[in-house]
Amino acid sequence: MTVQTRRQFLAASAGLVIGVALPIRARAQSGAAAALGDGTLAEGSFAPNAFVRVAPDNTITVFCKHIEFGQGPYTGLATLVAEEMDADWSQMRVEAAPADDELYKNLAFGIQGTGGSTAMANSWMQMRQAGAAARAMLVAAAAERWGSDAATLTVSAGTVSDGSNSATFGELAEAAAAQDVPVEPAVKNPSEFTLIGTDRPKVDSRSKSDGTAMFTMDVYRDGMETVVVRRPRVIGATVASFDDAAALEVPGVTAVRQIPQGVAVYATSTAAALKGREALSVEWDYTDAETRSSEEIFAAFSEAARSPGLEAEKVGDSAGAIAAAETVHEAEFLFPFLAHAPLEPLDAVLELKDGKAEIWMGAQFPGADKGAVTQVLGLEPADVTMNVMLAGGSFGRRAQPTAHIGVEIASIAKAAGRDGAWKLVWTREDDLTGAYYRPITVHRMRGGIAADGSIVGWEDRVVNQSIMAGTPFDQGGADPTSFEGSTNMPYALPNLTVDWVKQELPVAPLWWRSVGHTHTAYATEVFLDELLEKAGKDPVQGRLDLLKDEAGRDRAVLERVAEMAGWDGTKVRGDRAYGVALHESFQSYVAQIVEISDAGGLPRVHKVWCAIDCGIAVNPNVIRAQIEGGIGYGLGTALYNELTLGEGGEVQQLNFDTYRMLRINEMPEVEVAIIDSDADPTGVGEPGTPPIAPAVANAWRALTGSSPRRLPFARAGV
Amino acid sequence: MYLIVNDVGHEVDVEPEMPLLWVLRDVIGLTGTKYGCGVAQCGACTVHVDGVARRSCQVRAGDVAGARIRTIEGLGTPDAPHPVQAAWIAGQVAQCGYCQSGQIMQAAALLAGTPDPTDADIDAAMAGNLCRCGTYPRIRAAIRAAARAAQGA
Repeated sequence: MTVQTRRQFLAASAGLVIGVALPIRARAQSGAAAALGDGTLAEGSFAPNAFVRVAPDNTITVFCKHIEFGQGPYTGLATLVAEEMDADWSQMRVEAAPADDELYKNLAFGIQGTGGSTAMANSWMQMRQAGAAARAMLVAAAAERWGSDAATLTVSAGTVSDGSNSATFGELAEAAAAQDVPVEPAVKNPSEFTLIGTDRPKVDSRSKSDGTAMFTMDVYRDGMETVVVRRPRVIGATVASFDDAAALEVPGVTAVRQIPQGVAVYATSTAAALKGREALSVEWDYTDAETRSSEEIFAAFSEAARSPGLEAEKVGDSAGAIAAAETVHEAEFLFPFLAHAPLEPLDAVLELKDGKAEIWMGAQFPGADKGAVTQVLGLEPADVTMNVMLAGGSFGRRAQPTAHIGVEIASIAKAAGRDGAWKLVWTREDDLTGAYYRPITVHRMRGGIAADGSIVGWEDRVVNQSIMAGTPFDQGGADPTSFEGSTNMPYALPNLTVDWVKQELPVAPLWWRSVGHTHTAYATEVFLDELLEKAGKDPVQGRLDLLKDEAGRDRAVLERVAEMAGWDGTKVRGDRAYGVALHESFQSYVAQIVEISDAGGLPRVHKVWCAIDCGIAVNPNVIRAQIEGGIGYGLGTALYNELTLGEGGEVQQLNFDTYRMLRINEMPEVEVAIIDSDADPTGVGEPGTPPIAPAVANAWRALTGSSPRRLPFARAGV
Repeated sequence: MYLIVNDVGHEVDVEPEMPLLWVLRDVIGLTGTKYGCGVAQCGACTVHVDGVARRSCQVRAGDVAGARIRTIEGLGTPDAPHPVQAAWIAGQVAQCGYCQSGQIMQAAALLAGTPDPTDADIDAAMAGNLCRCGTYPRIRAAIRAAARAAQGA
């Protein structure tokens, strides 16, 4: 199984489609035909819907509506289709679906988009039905051909048989296209699954091991220029004036233009563009900039945390209960700005020719970016084509409701004032200084413990920006992504108040792998652990005793991870310490136990045991990989990462030398258990991340007496 | 200047100080070698120069004229992948995949000099190659598997 880019497919099939309008009945060509245009279906192909195409050469192509950046939708969605078709895995191919907010919408969002760990969850029934419909039509075609009763035919490994006759899907494709499309095709009972639940090898492993996988950065067009943009070091600053004389003298630099995002340098090579940018002299206007330092922002947020905010959740009377408690415990947790820093920096390619534009981008909301290009260039939507490319990581960074990369590449084309092709490259420095950070957040926590050791009161005040505000996802009022995870905890707390104090600053915030859970899991699971400790309770049993009756899935993962780690209540054994955390996010339930030691004032994490319940495990190998990766991502961040604004608001981290990533020698061994389930699948891309930081902090407290009040660990100087 | 990349000679007209990374990508058209940081902090641009793993973003083209340069495209072939590539595929290492060319080139250089590396050898050789997706456990396992395969174990 291989990944085929749309362009490769077009090239391969070009000989077959010349002059051919849709060869088969339009009603059977509903989705893909409309989305892909007439030219892309080989004669004799069968496209029962927008997601599946069966070609006469017996290949089955799945159009994946979700971007692939390592989290596995290409493999996962193809598995769903293959399962319901009873296809042979080797005949499956995957291509990125084109941008189409109607045909390829995320059923959880209403527009095409990837995020919130929803790819599998929202596609689960849709892609299975797409496969089931294709199978039914292929079977109907075979029955018609052989004069058999469709109900008596069998399908195995992509071949239909009636006992005496047999035909491959490819042989039946053209005839299948003439069959009626079933409206509600029956899907399999999970007990009939043969592919779902198995470790299908990923469709993109080979191309990502031999250098042939094509990312946006790898797109080169005839006559293409590379463009880099000089941006401010202070977020929100704008260009006051600039001098491009020296830049224009750099060999290879062809033009310098001011665009809304900064000063763009156009060149015949990346090296020349970078050199030209170095030679630019720019004066900045700081009128609308964030000129406070991170320390000043933290101080303002801490002050804001002294006054109540919008109520997010309330049970009983927390203030009264805490006032009457035997023991009162308080904590303030500080979380810094974080950059996503995917290893492929942001980039885009745009080709403009005769009033038509073609874009190549790792777009997470491709319709939004396509729309932005359409609007900035004043084109008709029909004249703009978006190629959704493989992306070198994202972690939320490419999920852009503001479509700022679409706007930027279109602005570059517009400023060039001619036809041509341009590649926009953000350098690592642009990436780290370019805002769209996980917002600075402060949690102010209060808890009360009664004489009998029970937790009688809980308060969690969250202070941060709203990520949703001003985006199409903004529903007004409290933004749940600001405090998700602080609300709806699985624990039965009789008196609880969660409120949110909204802050506004010129630094664009963005969802960062697990969004609000990045900080709420830490604040709640560390604070709870401390309350349990003060009450003299075991961290595992104490949590189990607190779980609500309906929190059966939380209970199961916690019990499972305790069993895996051989938890017996021992928090310190020799130079090793152990900590636990439990956190649900994106409808997946995750518990982790860590084993750490003190490596010169910072935790060294040796082992992580993790249990996850994410419903039916479509591909256990991909789930394990996402948990391993989510833990590494969360751990590196907790240990090392903060994006700080210095004096005057200048961003202080420019590259990986100061914005430090987890390295292989710091990666713990990870053991993953997936809970058996017959529930529909839920997210796996993000839920592994939230529990790691609190689990490590709890272990660290067992070892040293305190958990950091401010992340990262390296900053806290613990 | 004359560059020998994957056993093929290329006469390129570039300034000697142009980083090899951009010569490979923008001029010669070999895009498997990736840009990640530009300051030798991530390893995504790792290639072999006379058999030694180097960060091509910090190698001046003029300094490697005539040297034997190998990129991911020249490590193996689709039919006969290098043992490290075969181990990467079998071990399902890649997630986003962007760093993996550099990881594979670094690992291949390690095994060329240290056919049976210890964990400490792997850490020392691979610590300069970042993976944001956190594929490190699988990288470690794949290097061990490639070492075993090369030794016929």
